[in-house]
Amino acid sequence: MTTSTVTAAAPAPTPGKSAPDPARARLRRRVARWGFVAPAVVFMLLFFGYPLVRNVLMSFQHYTPKTFFTGEAPFNGTDNWSSVFQDVLFGKALWHTLVFTAGSLLGQFCIGLALAVFFTRRFPLNGVLRSLILLPWLVPMVVSGIVWRRILDQDTGVLNTFLGTLGLDGDTPWLTSPDMALLSVILVNIWIGIPFNMVILYGGLQEIPKELYEAAALDGAPAWRTFRSITLPLLKPVITVVLVLGFMSTVKILDLILALTDGGPADATQTLGTLTYQNSFVELDFGAGAVVGNVLILVSAVFAVFYLRANRTEGK
Amino acid sequence: MTAHPPVAAPRARGRSRRAVTSFAAVSVLVCGAALTGCAQQRDSDVYTVMNSSTDETYHRWDAEAMARCGERLGVTVEQQSVPAAQVMTKALRMASSKSLPDIVQFDASEMPTFAEAGGLVDLRTLGLSTEDVPEGIVDFGSYRGTYYGAARSVNTLALFYNKDILDEAGVKVPTTWDELRETAKRLTEGKRYGLALSAGGAEDGVFQFTPFMWSNGGDETDLDSPEVVGALDYWKALLRDGSLSKSTVNWTQADVNDQFMAGNAAMMINGPWQVETLNTKKSLHWEIARIPVPEAGADSVGPLGGAVLTVPRTGDTERERTAGRIVACLASEREQLTYARNSWMVPANEKAAAQWRAQVPELDALADQVAAARSRTAKLGAGWSGVSLALQSAFQSALTGQSSEAALKRAQQRATSGN
Repeated sequence: MTTSTVTAAAPAPTPGKSAPDPARARLRRRVARWGFVAPAVVFMLLFFGYPLVRNVLMSFQHYTPKTFFTGEAPFNGTDNWSSVFQDVLFGKALWHTLVFTAGSLLGQFCIGLALAVFFTRRFPLNGVLRSLILLPWLVPMVVSGIVWRRILDQDTGVLNTFLGTLGLDGDTPWLTSPDMALLSVILVNIWIGIPFNMVILYGGLQEIPKELYEAAALDGAPAWRTFRSITLPLLKPVITVVLVLGFMSTVKILDLILALTDGGPADATQTLGTLTYQNSFVELDFGAGAVVGNVLILVSAVFAVFYLRANRTEGK
Repeated sequence: MTAHPPVAAPRARGRSRRAVTSFAAVSVLVCGAALTGCAQQRDSDVYTVMNSSTDETYHRWDAEAMARCGERLGVTVEQQSVPAAQVMTKALRMASSKSLPDIVQFDASEMPTFAEAGGLVDLRTLGLSTEDVPEGIVDFGSYRGTYYGAARSVNTLALFYNKDILDEAGVKVPTTWDELRETAKRLTEGKRYGLALSAGGAEDGVFQFTPFMWSNGGDETDLDSPEVVGALDYWKALLRDGSLSKSTVNWTQADVNDQFMAGNAAMMINGPWQVETLNTKKSLHWEIARIPVPEAGADSVGPLGGAVLTVPRTGDTERERTAGRIVACLASEREQLTYARNSWMVPANEKAAAQWRAQVPELDALADQVAAARSRTAKLGAGWSGVSLALQSAFQSALTGQSSEAALKRAQQRATSGN
C-alpha cells in the first residue's frame, strides 16, 4: 500500500527522478512472478488439493447419508480401513486390478508398437489405414462398452456367430463365465488402447534420424538388430510416457467395466474402481469408498514417482 | 542511451502491474465461481421437481401433468430430470449445499435411505390423505410407519408370453413351477429359448429373483434358508435344461425385452414399462399372466416397484406446504389415471385402479399381481442395498457353477458382516 501511494504521489516523472530502485524492482519482479503462478496454485489447491485431503480425511470418518444433512461425520479411527481390508472382495478387486492393468498395458503397447513400426514404411493407403485405426479412440468408452457387450453375447453375439461359421467353438462364454470375463474385458480394453499407443509411438519413431538406419543398413545389420539397437533405445523416453499415461488411465478403470459386466458375473471383474463406485454410490458407505479410492491414489502415486525419476535421469 | 531506461522502465512496470491485477482478478473470479451455488436464491413462484424421467415420453407426460397442476395452484412447476442411478447422490449433494428441490421423486427402494437421514417431510402433516390408497401401497411409501412418499403408480413383474408361439406348440400358459419348466423346455427350439429373464449384476437381477424367492416362502433376512436355496436351484434347473440362455447372467431387463421382441425367447419375466416398446412391433402378439408359483394354489408374490413423490426438508415450511399441494395434485385420482394410461403402470389409488382395469383389461393379470406384491425395503429399509449386492453375487456364482447353498451361505455372511 505505502509503496504505491508513494509512487502515485510522486510528481510527473522526469527521467532523473524515476531511476529504478534496485531493491524495489526486484520485489516487484518477484510479485509479478508469483502473480502469474498464483492462479495455477489456487486452481491446484482448490480442485486437486482440497478433494485429496478430504478423501483422506473421509476414509477415517463415519460418513453416511445423514452426514449430508447434519454435516457431522465422527472420526472412527481405522474402522473403515480394517473393514475394507477384511472384505474378501477387496483382495479380489486388488488382484483383478493388477491383472487388468498389466494385461492391458502389455497388449496395448506391443500391438501399438508393432503397428507404429509397420506404418513407418511407405505404402499405398498408409494414411487412410492409419486414420481408420484411430476410430476406437474416437468412440466414447461407454459406447464401446455397450457395443462390445452385444458383440460378445454368448448366444446372439456377432463374434460367436462368426467363430461358429469358421468351424471354431461358437459357444464361448466371453462375458458370462467368471473364468473368461476378466480376459474379455482386458481384450476390449486393449482394443480401445491401441490407437493411443500407436499414435504416440509413431510420433516418437518419426524423431529418430533416418541416417542411423542407413548406417545400420550399410553395416549389414539385420532388421531385428536394427530394432533392438537403434529403435528401442532412441524411443525410450516416449515409451516411458506411453506406459505411465497408459497405467494411469488403466488402473482407475470404471466406465468400461460397468458397461460390459457391471463387475460380474459373481464379482469376477470387480476392480478397485468399481469397488469404490459400489461402496460410495450403491451402498452409500462413503468412508469405505474413500478407503479404496485412497489405495488407488497411493498406487498411482508410486508410479508417478517412478515416472519423475525416469524423466530426471533422461534430462541429465 | 540515456533516453532508453526511463521510457522502458515505466512501460515494463505498467504492464507487469496490469498483468498482476488482471491475474488476481481472474483468481478471485475462479474462487468466487467455485463458491457460488451454496447460497441459491429460490424464486418464490417457481417450484422444482427432481425426477428420473429422462426418456422423452416420460419427460413429456410429466411436464404436462406438472403444467396442469401448476395452473391449478397458481405456481410454476419445473422439472429437472437426471438418470435414475443419480437421483440419490444428486439429492444428497444438494442437501449438503442447502439447495434441495421442492419435490424429489425417488425410486421407492431408495426412499428409506433418504428418510432415515432425516431428509423428508411427513406427507400427512402437509395434509395429504391416504384414503382410497390400499394398505400395501401406503406402506410402500412409508418408512418406519411415517408416510413420506406418495406413489402415482406402481408396477411389478409378470410373465409375458408370445401368444403365437404358445398356440403353435399347443401349450397352455404355465401357472406352476413344474408347468413353467415343462413349457419352457418344449418351447426351446433352435435359436429360441423357452424363457428369458435377467440375472444381471445389478438391481435388475435381484428384482427378478424376488418373485421366485418370496413365492417359495423365502426371505431377504435369511438368505441361506432352504426356501431361498430352492428358488435359486429352480433357476439353475431352468438353465441346465437349456430353457434359459447362458447370457442370462449378463442381461438387464431391457436386454430381456430385446430378446423377446426379436423372437429369441417365447416367454419372459418383465414389467409393464416395456409395453410401450413392445407395442412398436405390430407383428408381435403378446399377453401377460401371473408369475408361476411353486405349488398350485400358492400366492404369487412379486416385488412392488415404482417411484414415490417426496417433499424434502428444506426448512421453509411455507414452501413445503405448497410442495405438498403439488404432490397431492400429481397423485390425485385423475392425474394417476392419465399417468397410468400413458406408462402402462397400475394406478396406486383404488378408485383409479378400478377405472384403469376397465380401460386396459389386457393388463388385468398385472393388477392382480400388484395387489399381492411386496416392497423390497419393507423389512430392511436402508439396509436393502447391502443385501441386494450380496444376493447378486450369490445367484451369479450359482448360475455359473457353484452350488446354490454355498453361494447363498456366503451371501448371508457378507450381508450380516457388512455395515
